[in-house]
Amino acid sequence: MPEVSELESIPSVLGDTVKRQVFAVQDYSLLAMQSIANVFTPPQYWADTLEQMDQIGVGSLPIVVITSFFIGGVMVLQTAGEFQRFGETALTGDAVSLSLVRELGPAITALLVAGRNASGIASELGSMVVTEQVDAMRALGTDPIRKLMTPRMIAMVTMLPLLVAVADFVGLVGGFVVAYFTLRLGAVQFWTRAIDVLEFGDIVQGMAKPVIFGFIISTVACYQGLRVKGGTQGVGRATTTAVVISSVMVLVFDFFLAKVLLFMFGKTS
Amino acid sequence: MTYLSRPGPAEERAKIVPGEPLVAFKDVRIGFDEGDVLRGISFEVWPGETKVLLGESGSGKTLILKMAAGLLRPDAGRIWVMGHDLTDMPERELLDFRRHIGFVFQEGALFDSLTVGENVAFRLREEDAPDKAVETQVLEALRFVELEASLNLYPPELSGGMRRRVSIARALVDRPPLVFYDSPTAGLDPVTSQTIITVVLRGRDLQGVTSLLATHRVQDAFGLASFRLSPATGRLVRVNIDRASPVGDAAPRPEPEAPTNLLVLREGRLYFEGHAAEMLHSSDDYLKKFLASAE
Repeated sequence: MPEVSELESIPSVLGDTVKRQVFAVQDYSLLAMQSIANVFTPPQYWADTLEQMDQIGVGSLPIVVITSFFIGGVMVLQTAGEFQRFGETALTGDAVSLSLVRELGPAITALLVAGRNASGIASELGSMVVTEQVDAMRALGTDPIRKLMTPRMIAMVTMLPLLVAVADFVGLVGGFVVAYFTLRLGAVQFWTRAIDVLEFGDIVQGMAKPVIFGFIISTVACYQGLRVKGGTQGVGRATTTAVVISSVMVLVFDFFLAKVLLFMFGKTS
Repeated sequence: MTYLSRPGPAEERAKIVPGEPLVAFKDVRIGFDEGDVLRGISFEVWPGETKVLLGESGSGKTLILKMAAGLLRPDAGRIWVMGHDLTDMPERELLDFRRHIGFVFQEGALFDSLTVGENVAFRLREEDAPDKAVETQVLEALRFVELEASLNLYPPELSGGMRRRVSIARALVDRPPLVFYDSPTAGLDPVTSQTIITVVLRGRDLQGVTSLLATHRVQDAFGLASFRLSPATGRLVRVNIDRASPVGDAAPRPEPEAPTNLLVLREGRLYFEGHAAEMLHSSDDYLKKFLASAE
């Protein structure tokens, strides 16, 4: 009876899809935990880690600097009119500083790094998988998670906070440049207020988030790369999926982390 | 003592138990979504033997090699390699076990971002060997495959045949007692294929390597069975595969010939197992078709 079997197949297809996703989350979690555990037991590949820090940290510097400069500038452009209306142009420094340090610095830097590095990592590891280089590594007695994934995870977790710090500073510089020319805001006024408005909790928020984001981006990208199936098309798919999933996860975690950290530092009930 | 006669570190650590096969498969099955590829394979590889796995594309030759190296697990059956039961071994132990074997992948699988020298040195570096020793062993391994000059080149700069030879050097650099070759001549022209088979021959006859070689080309099997490298002269000597001793060699052989045996796979099962001569003289239609496919 073809009709009945057609009806029966829809729940089973849904069931299969859900099962696949659950297995994927389980597989990813195990891989992510293993990449952390590898930090504490030998052998450790510090040379590879340093190389990845260079590629991820130093390599992303130009794009982070340029983007954050313009973000700081555009923030002032968009808000200058409102502050002028209330005669509180001096508050510009406060606004730019708080938004950048608490939120825009970590989130936008993480998205930039996800776009640049998650795609690079996923495509590099995916290409290695389809050309049997990962199997060759295993055949030579080397653990690919230790050699490929852990260095990238450590590099991203350590470099992203530093990149965010640079982004925050350059963003403030960009904001100041625009504030100077549009609002005639002096350097002392801008910078004093920008630094004074920041509290310890804001700095913690701004630096804790990149650590989590870095972990998410690197582990998602490595997972997508190492689980590639289907040749060059599969590598392309894995690259796109790595960028999309890590970007979405960054923004989702950003929301929840902001809630938690704001609560911890007593800024919200 | 030259590189070729000195026992390597891998040999000293490997468990070669006298009287037991180096590789043993028992009723091994493996399949994927499309169905079973191997349906109950059992065979043994003895120390010093060269076993050639013959079969059409998709017959499961690569799967057998990968399971023997612990890179894949079978769905059923048991696998023993060098005294270790691989079937349920955890990955951590498998990594250690794989240091005693060499694996040559179909397309070479060289690491693109490393030079030829760094590729060949990979395992030695992982074992923290001193720099001088690494340099010496890498050069010797490349000399063995006649590619010393390519030390500082990157894999994309090499031809297909050269990549295969570097892959063999990488697998043999620390003298493992057991080597798996996955279609080493696939996609190569006849002349380059001969070069690769000669390298495999040299590994067999000069290093005493036990090997399992998968191929769809019956010429490779007969090439290995029909030639021997004389350690005395370093030259290839033709062997009459119907008799044990090489043609024209009057000197008595001190040890038995390292045998070359064939395993033919068909539809997931072992179709034929025996010496090259037995296959040559077989009246079976399928085997005759296989032989006819040789140029």
